[in-house]
Amino acid sequence: MENLFELFIAASLINNFVFTRYLGLCIFFGVTKKMETAIGMSVTFTAVMVISAALSWVIYKAIMIPLNLTFLKIVIFIGIVAGFVQAADTIMRKVSPGLYYKLGIYLALITTNCIILAVPLINAGEGYSFIQSLSFGLGSGVGFALALIIMASIRERLELADIPRSFQGLPIAFIVTGLIALAFLGFSGLITL
Amino acid sequence: MNNKSYWALIKNGIFAENPIFRVALSLCPAVAVTSGVKNGFLMGIAVLFVQTMVNVTISVIRNFIHPRVRIPSYMFVIATWVTVTDLLMAAFARDVYKQMGLYIQLIVAFAIILSRAELFASKNRVVPSFFDGLGMGIGFLFALVVISFFRELLGKGSIWGLHIVEFKPLLIMILPTGGFFAVGILMGLFNWIDIKFFGGTGASGGGH
Repeated sequence: MENLFELFIAASLINNFVFTRYLGLCIFFGVTKKMETAIGMSVTFTAVMVISAALSWVIYKAIMIPLNLTFLKIVIFIGIVAGFVQAADTIMRKVSPGLYYKLGIYLALITTNCIILAVPLINAGEGYSFIQSLSFGLGSGVGFALALIIMASIRERLELADIPRSFQGLPIAFIVTGLIALAFLGFSGLITL
Repeated sequence: MNNKSYWALIKNGIFAENPIFRVALSLCPAVAVTSGVKNGFLMGIAVLFVQTMVNVTISVIRNFIHPRVRIPSYMFVIATWVTVTDLLMAAFARDVYKQMGLYIQLIVAFAIILSRAELFASKNRVVPSFFDGLGMGIGFLFALVVISFFRELLGKGSIWGLHIVEFKPLLIMILPTGGFFAVGILMGLFNWIDIKFFGGTGASGGGH
């Protein structure tokens, strides 16, 4: 149990995907212009993350290891993620059009996010158990959500700031991210795994 | 098409639509693997190879893919070529692969590769697609080498592992923070050059 909690904290704070492993930056900069889109993305992302981590784990253990197909893990994992996102898209449109209207566009974006693929690959590489994989997936999702919300609240204020013309937009966003990453370095001694 | 337009395709990838500095796609590797010139260079080569091969493959099979399933089909083509690169790197560049194996595998999710496949290779013949992939790959390689050059020089005082300056290095430049700073400042610099000398608007990509 303690181990699971450590894994969760490690994935969300210490090895935060955005600030220490530099993954998922495309979406990170894409959706943080407004708080509303950042929150929508966080919710969708965390849900997809946990489910696809679970699916990948089952397929990896039950099919790929017995058949010696582990060298195909990149192809299969991206297939799982893309297939799941497509399925979720279709089901949501039928079952809950209201929710689809709010979160549908984020679903389509998720396939091109590196984190969603990195988590199954890391789970497979480290040989985590099913529960550990879920905990790692959840931690990564929450960590990404945290990063999006922090960044969105700062960028809303940046709109009002007087920034040199050549630094407007992405360049200043990168520098702000660098400063947040510096703050996240402070978590590095929290737990020694 | 003649030789001149092939050259234009390559130049387009390096300058006008440079994947990192201008279009701002695939930003993860720009920060992740640029703590040393060697890593940045090898990552650039890997992307160059994948982008070129994917463009050629998709251009060859473009008439057999039903438009409604094209995105998943492209993903599988990309994933296949990334697997090839991954296995080649694991076999021939062991020490580098240990450090950045995960990022090699994640080339699959790089938006730039899918976007070139969708925007260019699916509509053009094989030879122009090859040159477009080559141009984009070189542009990517160029950006990674520039970023990693500054980070390694300032952070470790060396280039390609060779010590060249004798000062206490700025450790911060090889930490994650330094990567974000370096990319931000270089992007700003590119914008500044664009506004100052070419009369551009300075608005760098939408950020997706």
